[in-house]
Amino acid sequence: MGTRNYRRKTSHSEHGPGDGGRTGAWRVERPVLDKNLCIPCKRNTEACFICWLFCPEIVISRTIPPKIDLEYCKGCGICAEECPTKAITMVDEAKFSDEDKDEE
Amino acid sequence: MNKEFIEIRWHGRGGQGAITAAKIVAAAAFVSGYAGVVMAPSFGTERRGAPVMTSLKISREKIYDLSPIETPDIIVVLDHLLLNESDVTCGLKPGGIIVLNTPNAVESYKFINYRMAIADITAISVEAGLPHGMVNTGIIGSLERATSLLGMDILIKGIEEEFSSRRPQNNSSAAKIAFERTVARG
Amino acid sequence: MHIIENGNVAAALGVLLCRANVIAAYPITPQTPLTEKLSEYVESGEMKAEYIPVESEHSALAVCIAASSAGARAFTATSANGLLYMHEQVQWAAGARLPLVMCVVNRAVGAPWNVWNDQQDSISQRDTGWIQMYCCDHQQIIDSVIKAYWLAEKVSIPIMVCYDGYILSHTYMPFEVPDQEKVDAFLPPFRPDYALNHEEPANLNTVTLPDVRMDVRGEIAHGYMEIRYLLQEEMRTSLTVVAEAEKRFTDIFGRGGDPFIEPYLCDDAEYIAVGLGSLTYQLRVSVDVLRKEGIMVGVMGIRFYRPFPDVAIANALKGKKGVIVFEKALSYGYEGALVSDLKSALYEHLAGTGALPVVQNFILGIGGRDIRTEDLTQTLRAATKSRVAKEPVWIGLKI
Repeated sequence: MGTRNYRRKTSHSEHGPGDGGRTGAWRVERPVLDKNLCIPCKRNTEACFICWLFCPEIVISRTIPPKIDLEYCKGCGICAEECPTKAITMVDEAKFSDEDKDEE
Repeated sequence: MNKEFIEIRWHGRGGQGAITAAKIVAAAAFVSGYAGVVMAPSFGTERRGAPVMTSLKISREKIYDLSPIETPDIIVVLDHLLLNESDVTCGLKPGGIIVLNTPNAVESYKFINYRMAIADITAISVEAGLPHGMVNTGIIGSLERATSLLGMDILIKGIEEEFSSRRPQNNSSAAKIAFERTVARG
Repeated sequence: MHIIENGNVAAALGVLLCRANVIAAYPITPQTPLTEKLSEYVESGEMKAEYIPVESEHSALAVCIAASSAGARAFTATSANGLLYMHEQVQWAAGARLPLVMCVVNRAVGAPWNVWNDQQDSISQRDTGWIQMYCCDHQQIIDSVIKAYWLAEKVSIPIMVCYDGYILSHTYMPFEVPDQEKVDAFLPPFRPDYALNHEEPANLNTVTLPDVRMDVRGEIAHGYMEIRYLLQEEMRTSLTVVAEAEKRFTDIFGRGGDPFIEPYLCDDAEYIAVGLGSLTYQLRVSVDVLRKEGIMVGVMGIRFYRPFPDVAIANALKGKKGVIVFEKALSYGYEGALVSDLKSALYEHLAGTGALPVVQNFILGIGGRDIRTEDLTQTLRAATKSRVAKEPVWIGLKI
C-alpha cells in the first residue's frame, strides 16, 4: 500500500520510540549504570538526572533508578560522558551473550 | 482643448509637492465623473531639490495605457527656474497651456504657439499664511483659471481634505488667491 | 468605496483586509512603500498584527515560514535581488506547503544594478513550487491579495502576487476597496490541519529519506519523492480551485471573469498578443489602433503563470494565425520562459489538428526601458504581416 492516504502532505514526524526504526541494534557499546555511584540512587531522591537531560534519543527515564531503553539506545555514550559521578560506563556489546542481549 | 482626454505634465523639484498637487487634481477629476485617472510620477531616485515630474492623464473612460505622457495638453511648472534647467515644454501640443509659478511678468516669456497662465504663487502662498516655498496648492488655482476643467469648489474641497491636518484653510486660500490673480496670455 | 492611491497601497490594504497576523519584510525599491504602509497600520493599531523587522529578505521569509507553521496568516513582500536573496526559503516554503502570500513588486535583477521594472525576478522563481499571479491594475492587486489567501489556504501552496514595479507600484489610479464584512465572508480565519503546538510536538521537514518509512504510529509515511509529487499533483489540481476561488469572489464582490486569462477582442482575432501584467493593458490601446486599420488582432493577459493554465491558453489560441508573445524577462540562452511554456501547451493540445498558430517572441522593457505604445503598435503590425524572426526580437534596443 502506498502513502496516498497518509495524514500529512509534508514531512512531519513525532518524537517517540521507533520513529527512526529499532535503533538499539546499531549499538557497539552499551551504557551500564552503577547504582552505587548514581546520585538519585544513592540519595533515593529526585536529583541530578543529567543523563535523562542529555540523552539525544530520550531513552533514559527520569526515575530512581534511571532506566535505559536498550531497544532504542544507539550507544552514543553521551550519558556516560556527562554523568558527574561516572556512574555510567560504556561496555563492549560483544561482552554480552546472545541470551542477555537487550536485557539490563 | 479636448475635455474627454487630457494629459497634464507637472514639473517641480523634489519635496515641492508636485505629486500631492497632481493627486488632488486627480481625485477631483474622478469625483467629477472622469472614470479614468492615472497619475504616474517619474520613476527612480527622487532627491530633494532635483527636478522631478509627474504625468496626470484624465479620461472619461478607464485608462489602459500607463506609459509616460509624450504630448501633454498642459504643463504645470512649480518653479520658473526649471525653464532654464530642463526641456519642460518637450512634446507640448501646439496651442497647449503652460501654467507657471513666476515672479516675472507674462511679457517676459517668448513662447510661440503656447498659451500661458502665470502667477507669483510663491508670494501668494506666503500671503495666504503658508511657509515660504509651499506652492503646490496655489498652483492648482492657476491651473483651474487657465483650463476651467473641474471648477474651484471641488478643488478647494480636495485641497482641504488632503491638508486636513496641515493648515487646510491657508492652503485653500492660496488656491483661491492664485485663481483670482492668474494672468493669462494667448 | 473608491479611492485614488498607488499600487503599493492597494496591496497593503488587501493585506489589512485579510487580517494577516504576522508581517516580516525587508525594504527594497520599489516594494518599500508597501511595507512602510503595513508598519503604519500596525503601529497605529489599525491592524492587529506582529510586524517583525528583519535584517534580510532571507530572514523575512524564514519568519513567515515559522509564523505560518505556528498557524498564523503571514505576509511578506520583496523585489528583484531581495527575492533572489530569499530563494532558498522560497523553495522551502513550497515544500513545507505553507499558505504564505508574498507580493513581488517586479523589478530588474542585478548586475548591473537597476531599480526599474521588468519581470526577470519572479519569472526566475518559476520552478520553486509557488503559485504565481500577475496583476494589470490596482483593482487586480487588491483583489488578487484577497483571492490569494483563500486559494493558498485551500490548497496549502504559497502564492506570489506579482505586479509591475513603478508602473503599478508607484502610479496612482482609482480602485474599489472592498468592505471588511465582505472580505470576512470570503476569507474565513486560517485554520491549518496542524500548527506547531507544545502539547503535540512534531518535527517539520527534517531529513526525509529517499524512500518511504514507518512513522512512530506504525503508518507508512511519505519519502521525499512522495512529498514532492504531491506538490506537483496539487499544483495541477489547484487549477480547479482557482476557478472555484474566482466564482466565490465574483459571487461576493460582484466582479470577476475568466480566472486564468484576460482576453480582449480575441474571439474574432486572427492574431493574438500575449503577455503578463500591465503590459497587456497597454497592448489594448495598440489593438484598438490596429483594429481601425482593419487588422484583426486581440490581446490576452495571462493571470496565472503557475500553475500554467495550458488548456485555457490552448483553447483561446486554437486556430489563430499567429500568437505574438511579449516578455519582460528571458531564459538566457534560449527565449522568453513564457513563450516556451506557451508553445509547449499549443503542441500538447493542438499538434496535428491543423489549428497550430505561428508563434513569435518579443523582449521589451528590460530594466525599465520605456515601452512606447507606438512601438507596440508597430511591432504588432509588422508581426501580423510576416514572421519577423525565429529568435526573440528585442524592442527598443539601441545597439
